[in-house]
Amino acid sequence: MGKKLLIQNDKVGGIHTLEVYKQHGGYASVEKALKTMTPEAIVEEVKKSGLRGRGGAGFPTGMKWSFLAKPEGVARYLVCNADESEPGTFKDRYLMEKIPHALIEGMITSSFALGAKTSYIYIRGEYFYVARILETAIEEAYAAGYLGKNILGTGYSLDLSVQVGAGAYICGEETALLESLEGKRGNPRIKPPFPAIAGLYGCPTVVNNVETIAAVVPIVMMGGDEYAKIGIGKSTGTKLISASGHINNPGVYEIELGLPVEEFIYSNEYCGGIWKNKKMKAVVAGGSSVPILPTELILKTAKGEPRLMSYESLSDGGFATGSMLGSGGFIVYDEDTSIPMNLYTFNRFYHHESCGQCSPCREGTGWMEKVAHRIVEGHGKATDIDLLWDIQKRIEGNTICPLGDAAAWPVASAIRHFRHEFEALIPKTAVAH
Amino acid sequence: MAKVTIDGHTVEVPDGTTILQAARAIGGEVAPPTMCYHSKLKTSGGYCRTCIVKVSKGSDKDPRPMPKLVASCRTTVMDGMEVQNLTSPEVVDARKGVVEFLLMNHPLDCPICDQAGECHLQDLGYQNGGEKTRFDFERRTFERKDIGDKIQLHMNRCILCYRCVKTADQITDGRCHGVMNRGDVSEISTYIEKAIDNDFSGNMIDVCPVGALTDKTFRFKSRVWFTKPMDAHRDCKKCSGKVTLWEKGDEVLRVTGRKDQWGENEEWICNDCRFEHKKTSDWTIEGPRNIDRHSVISQNHYMKLATPHFKKLDK
Repeated sequence: MGKKLLIQNDKVGGIHTLEVYKQHGGYASVEKALKTMTPEAIVEEVKKSGLRGRGGAGFPTGMKWSFLAKPEGVARYLVCNADESEPGTFKDRYLMEKIPHALIEGMITSSFALGAKTSYIYIRGEYFYVARILETAIEEAYAAGYLGKNILGTGYSLDLSVQVGAGAYICGEETALLESLEGKRGNPRIKPPFPAIAGLYGCPTVVNNVETIAAVVPIVMMGGDEYAKIGIGKSTGTKLISASGHINNPGVYEIELGLPVEEFIYSNEYCGGIWKNKKMKAVVAGGSSVPILPTELILKTAKGEPRLMSYESLSDGGFATGSMLGSGGFIVYDEDTSIPMNLYTFNRFYHHESCGQCSPCREGTGWMEKVAHRIVEGHGKATDIDLLWDIQKRIEGNTICPLGDAAAWPVASAIRHFRHEFEALIPKTAVAH
Repeated sequence: MAKVTIDGHTVEVPDGTTILQAARAIGGEVAPPTMCYHSKLKTSGGYCRTCIVKVSKGSDKDPRPMPKLVASCRTTVMDGMEVQNLTSPEVVDARKGVVEFLLMNHPLDCPICDQAGECHLQDLGYQNGGEKTRFDFERRTFERKDIGDKIQLHMNRCILCYRCVKTADQITDGRCHGVMNRGDVSEISTYIEKAIDNDFSGNMIDVCPVGALTDKTFRFKSRVWFTKPMDAHRDCKKCSGKVTLWEKGDEVLRVTGRKDQWGENEEWICNDCRFEHKKTSDWTIEGPRNIDRHSVISQNHYMKLATPHFKKLDK
């Protein structure tokens, strides 16, 4: 049984209420941080902890925090990105739904560390019921004096509110999220400037994922050095994994980073093996946008070492033979899955979610969907696989925000590892363009 | 000041200059083509990706190359930066891809489009595109929308450069949005009607790089290369009154703002000048307009007209 820091109490009855949450040690980090620590000391602990952003990119949180500009007389904001929209990812929902106070506690401690006096939780539209849970919890926190003016008599004041988005995937991109939060069309901004310099309403802003902010609580409690001992190498701490697909026990699991992938898939403590006694064909390890890997490459790296659930191990071998930990959306496919069909589903998603600002993504995602559709319907042309490859190559890296890359990577990896499946779907009599 | 080298040409520019502006200062083919950037519109650029370049050396301080191709119109130069435009096969290929994306759903109805001959997409296609598209699906079409009596909207031709949106935002009043819907069904839409009443709405026609917004009063009157561009001015209370008249014989077929060598407006003009003064006698003629732009279609015609000040571009 690995160490749990975030959802160890998820099965406790009434843990969503402030009372039960406090009985299990809740809000201790607020007391500790506000009463005994300086904001700089908290940032220092987070830096030492080696915590990396849990939203997908894995950028070191402490470093992100230290980039925050602190001009005199200008407001600073902390915005929690709860717009969890990556297909295959549902860990933040679980955390917010079960233990809403864990996020709120993290928000208070983090806001104090960053000097923010107003903070927001931006949650996706489809999670409206979770937003209600959070709002109830926030009301409780206000009533108990953890939010509002002069928190716990320390002189620090913080207002926290929940903003519900309209359900666009693109609003999970931090600058699109900020645009949406400002009441505008959710289009990603062109960077630089980065939010740490000019974010919400033009003020310095930190945008962090739900799980990242929740992880600040144990870091403050145990200290950065202790936290860094958990996990492996530069992948410190624990990570929530949303396991789905053809496994016996789909669900959200908290793992210590560094757990072998094989153990995660086959151990009864986690996924419990492949359903219906079938064999595994492939895994998407970090949400729909990361490269899909066939069984032999997800269990072992190209060098033959066992693949671990960590940022480094999963990306070992680059995109040629590796993938990414991403947001922790772990999707397992059994031997009967059609990879081209799965790819078409992803293509459809990215086409639908492209914001339409920059041309490669706007036009390319739709084109890829059309070509993939033709292939899975059995009308593919002889040159279609190469065409798909070409389109994704010309989208990747050439767009304003990472949605273009997210749309391109699944295509590249599916063709790279499962080209034979695409070829099998193209009729022998097919003509070229 | 920052020293930047683009395709082997070094130029010194003030700090905060974009790569594109530095490249334009060098001139000729070193300057990347643009579609959505407009020098007179704030925050324009970054969308179309035609001006992407490779930064092979970040700066003297941090010589690491930038990991991805960058939009030159939105990236500022650093001292010692080295940039590759046409000298990078990667850039040329990516740009070819962008052109293919932009033309994918474009109707290519140039024979009946008023913009033909002064269309940036035509120029871009000729100079950077492939010889044929690989897109063999039905092209996207939009329902026709009437946006008033002065401006014709052809959404099918639009490349979503956002230039008209920014024009309406920045030089006309009472405008809050311009693009409706999302992804490849985004369209310039109804809110634009509000802008039509504005004195400066006609400038949206000028900034449109393609034939999506054209002048209704000039519609189907003539191909642009049969008209004679003349610089002219009049006393106008609303704007500078400096325009280009497009004449055929003694008739003024249309009035536009003056555009620089990159096809971008020098100054904005009001609708009064643009739509209400179509007699030669309304204007003081200054002389023939130099059209520097090396449009394939406009080339022969304008080179003859522009002899006195013509600067060769491919030096």
